[in-house]
Amino acid sequence: MELVSHTVTNLIIFVLAIYVGYHVVWTVTPALHTPLMAVTNALSAVIIVGAMLAAALTTSDLARWMGVAAVALASVNVFGGFLVTRRMLEMFKKKDKSEKASEGAKH
Amino acid sequence: MSLNLVTLLYLFASVCFIQALKGLSHPTTARRGNAFGMIGMALAVVTTAALILKISDMKAVGLTYVLGGLVVGGGIGAVMAKRVEMTKMPELVAFMHSMIGLAAVCIAVAVVAEPAAFGIHEEGTGLANAGLPFGNRIELFIGTFVGAITFSGSVIAFGKLSGKYKLRVFQGAPVTFSGQHPLNAILGLAMLGCGIWFTATQEWTPFIIMAAIAFVLGVLIIIPIGGADMPVVVSMLNSYSGWAAAGIGFSLNNPMLIIAGSLVGSSGAILSYIMCKAMNRSFFNVILGGFGQDAGTVAGKQEQRPVKSGSSDDAAFMMSNAETVIIVPGYGLAVSRAQHALKELAHKLGEKGVQVKYAIHPVAGRMPGHMNVLLAEAEIPYDQVFEMEDINAEFRQTDVVLVLGANDVVNPAAKTPGSPIFGMPILEAHQARTVIVNKRSMASGYAGLDNELFYMDKTMMVFGDAKKVLEDMVKALESL
Repeated sequence: MELVSHTVTNLIIFVLAIYVGYHVVWTVTPALHTPLMAVTNALSAVIIVGAMLAAALTTSDLARWMGVAAVALASVNVFGGFLVTRRMLEMFKKKDKSEKASEGAKH
Repeated sequence: MSLNLVTLLYLFASVCFIQALKGLSHPTTARRGNAFGMIGMALAVVTTAALILKISDMKAVGLTYVLGGLVVGGGIGAVMAKRVEMTKMPELVAFMHSMIGLAAVCIAVAVVAEPAAFGIHEEGTGLANAGLPFGNRIELFIGTFVGAITFSGSVIAFGKLSGKYKLRVFQGAPVTFSGQHPLNAILGLAMLGCGIWFTATQEWTPFIIMAAIAFVLGVLIIIPIGGADMPVVVSMLNSYSGWAAAGIGFSLNNPMLIIAGSLVGSSGAILSYIMCKAMNRSFFNVILGGFGQDAGTVAGKQEQRPVKSGSSDDAAFMMSNAETVIIVPGYGLAVSRAQHALKELAHKLGEKGVQVKYAIHPVAGRMPGHMNVLLAEAEIPYDQVFEMEDINAEFRQTDVVLVLGANDVVNPAAKTPGSPIFGMPILEAHQARTVIVNKRSMASGYAGLDNELFYMDKTMMVFGDAKKVLEDMVKALESL
């Protein structure tokens, strides 16, 4: 039997992932839309995987340095994206505590 | 480590990424979601490192290059994440989009140079001069041009957002010239032509021309868009960066990249849609540019009309006598860094038994959800902060509404047919019993429209810098 081509399998994954993304993102509360953008920046930096292959497995200078550059560019986002998201979410948390503390003080 | 195991671990990472987005449905689950995202990313990177070791027969030479890039990039990213001011979030996000775009182009170049290293060469040919399979060439073409457009577009968006560069293309005002749209169309077609040429021959020449055109196109697409539309632009580029990642995923046959890219792509698309709806504009209207032009004609009709203006003390007195106060913060508040003074005011009012709530319009900041983060930074509890749909019904029963540096989002003209902003969803501040508006001057907002709210009998204008005014109000409340 003929094998299904890679492209078709990828297309199936692509369409289903968009479907999942659509439904998940609508559940995100508008108050957290900025952290959402920051975290999606970090997630799209998963292309670091491709960059790593390029940096480590290629033999020509061009391909290798392109790979190294891509690793550096993507890791700016991996670290920057997740850390800035965490920093923002901490702000939403601190209030939780201080509020409870002030409520406790009132009663 | 077998390829099947690698793929399964990638699947696990993909599930973590979905969890990261799902967590953001509520502030209490968001931090756990973010942790999931980090775990997923760490897993993806470690798995790939193991795969590289296996393919290169446990020789770690290649990985040193990876480590070098990781340390440099990661260090820069970590420092930026730590130092960035919350008012500068849109710039940071635009900057990060450009990183993704450029990384995608770099990877694509490496793939074209050496397809065999990625295991996607044509079967039956020798490894040394292996060509790319036809399907992968199309995917590479798409990944490259989307990446290139994302990069140059984000650089322009970054410049426009930061507003401190003298270069004309980096300024908020739209850059328009005659023949703009035909030029874009011709360039787009030329790019497509080179793409087909590359797909057919896998030569460097069309690839390089195609990438160069895409870089130029990214600039041309963003320059005609005005400063007020930046929330849409940032969301749109967010979406593009996702599609670029998915495109690279296709060309490398990596499902994890496709999944992560599609999640980001649809997220950005949804945010663009929400922003367009909040500004009452169609997506194409924003992309094709020019909010600024039609506004000029409207502004010409303005005439000087009397407004009631008062002092901070008067405003403080009115608020202290109220039972309920709703605060409408706009970007003017963030510009004068008055969030902490605002918190102080709300605290003082709370002590006097006044119930204080905040009403946020979707486009209150310069990117989706920006104002929420700015208020959170000032330690304003998020359960006092309400979205437009949730609070609009409450204005009717509210004693005092305090509008701080916001204009178009409270303009009742949006309810009048024929007005340029007719149909735009607004915060219905005009329904409240009394309205206090703080602005620096009577200048009109982004839409260039006069705001009827300012001339109402029940409205009192308090002119001055938001921070100064709020501090004066706090002082006045203390002495009451």
